[in-house]
Amino acid sequence: MKVTQISTFIENRPGRLHAACAALADRGVNIHTLSLADTAEFGILRFVLADPAAGKAALEAAGYLAKETEVVAVEVPDDAGGLADILAKADAAGLNIEYMYAFSMAAGRRAVVIIRFTDPDRAVEALSQQGVNVVAPVELLSR
Amino acid sequence: MMRENWNDVGQGFHPVSAPDYLPAAQLRELQLRRLKAVVERAYANVAPFRERMVERGVTPADMRTLEDIAKLPFSIKTDLRDNYPFGLFASPMSEIVRLHASSGTTGKPIVVAYTQEDLQVWASVMLRTFSAAGIHRGDIVQNAYGYGLFTGGLGAHYGLEAIGATVVPTSGGNTDRQVMLMRDFGVTGICCTPSYFLHLIERAGELGINLRELPLRTGIFGAEPWSEGMRARIEQESGIKAFDIYGLSEIIGPGVGSECAAQAGLHIFEDHFYPEIIDPETCRVLPDGEEGELVLTTLSKRAMPMIRYRTRDITHIITEPCSCGRTVRRIARVARRSDDMFIIRGVNVFPSQIETALLSVEGVLPHYRILLSREHGLDQMNVEVEIGAELFSDQVSAMEALHKRLAHAVERITGIRAGVRLVEPHSIPRSEGKARRVWDERGE
Ligand SMILES: [Zn+2]
Repeated sequence: MKVTQISTFIENRPGRLHAACAALADRGVNIHTLSLADTAEFGILRFVLADPAAGKAALEAAGYLAKETEVVAVEVPDDAGGLADILAKADAAGLNIEYMYAFSMAAGRRAVVIIRFTDPDRAVEALSQQGVNVVAPVELLSR
Repeated sequence: MMRENWNDVGQGFHPVSAPDYLPAAQLRELQLRRLKAVVERAYANVAPFRERMVERGVTPADMRTLEDIAKLPFSIKTDLRDNYPFGLFASPMSEIVRLHASSGTTGKPIVVAYTQEDLQVWASVMLRTFSAAGIHRGDIVQNAYGYGLFTGGLGAHYGLEAIGATVVPTSGGNTDRQVMLMRDFGVTGICCTPSYFLHLIERAGELGINLRELPLRTGIFGAEPWSEGMRARIEQESGIKAFDIYGLSEIIGPGVGSECAAQAGLHIFEDHFYPEIIDPETCRVLPDGEEGELVLTTLSKRAMPMIRYRTRDITHIITEPCSCGRTVRRIARVARRSDDMFIIRGVNVFPSQIETALLSVEGVLPHYRILLSREHGLDQMNVEVEIGAELFSDQVSAMEALHKRLAHAVERITGIRAGVRLVEPHSIPRSEGKARRVWDERGE
């Protein structure tokens, strides 16, 4: 169960982060979570949205790039070695991780991380087989 | 030898284009006859030209062969400013039926004039321009060159009417309406600057219109230097064939030369405009094939003859016969103007080099601009590059690698270490006429 992430390019200057989020808010697109990976000059803003198609359209209409990427949402058991355990399993399965970030945990009790694997399909299969809870987009919605 | 093609409508033939196929000997003879006449005319009627001739001890009678043109003095842009507004006219005002003027970004504008005969010649060379691009009766051509004092709009307009195409005189600007009319009228050809056409493609996309799905098939682009990379991008994104045309107001406007279906250099309409290439430093005439500054002499212009006008455009003459059968010589497309050149830390740089560098990285030409500034007394060059979908990755490492490759390419090609800044789409201002590439904020 893969999740569609929308990413965009922003310049690292005041107001740009807000403007991109506002473009989504103006079209009523809810943001489940976002991550900003930035350098001194630019940033890459990655969103998990309630409605990725509408979010992509909203960003493009506001003049932003909007790229779709498939990521995997994984539930992390609420104990000390939870995340390490999952990463060890991914490693054992030979899965390559490009980046990852935490999901907002405010509403639910479960912790979720968003992981971009080079091969998301294989990641879903391998992790599920090893008993890792791969979260479906619809479950993210209900949180 | 290609006479049988003259009547091929698909090739855009029109009887007026016959001079393009004259045997060389006949063409040279015609040029010499016209050269003698125009020098006599300018000598008799244009005082500043006569004074220079007298200074050099040259008279019109010295024009015995075409090579004798090298005895004549050059003219330059400042001559037009110095004699503003009407000082270079060779016809009385009663015979002048049209004036055009440059916008004059620096100082006084330059003024150019046309008699009725001049306008007929202009329409005929524009007809030959469109004919070479395959435009013919039945085409619907949107003319998005600015109408008014600028020569582009009206110059193209009368050439299109002469060829029998349907003209849509949109002039420049109002991009959304341009896109709407292009779609609604089933436009098959468009004239504008290449940079404005890129803007049109972009805007059409935003409006949900794919130019590839429209009947549009030909673009006639000029008024600014552009590169093969830009052509590739235009042709790929819009599905049209993009032709380069050449001209300048001082000579006549658009219509000095144009590409044919071979898209391998621009045929100069040499029965009216005599080309020479000179070394811009020594002013020595260079043999065909060598690169230098293009110098043009108007062989038939009446209202305002220009003798050996230095265009500031860098090119070379191609003498090999063209596959299209035209016998008039070609110039290589003008990618550089010596006017556009800037000097940074003692090194000469042309915007076209930056373009080549950016294009070399991913095979696509992003929208860009060059910012020159002075920091702590040292010249700095920064190149802003807009990140489009084809360059964007959601991985920071990939974007940093791209950034590095762009900076390396600029340094490799210009020899200058430049800052490269990746910027958001649409953040660089678009122009509706000539693209502005260089923003020099160094002051004096
Ligand atoms: Zn040709």
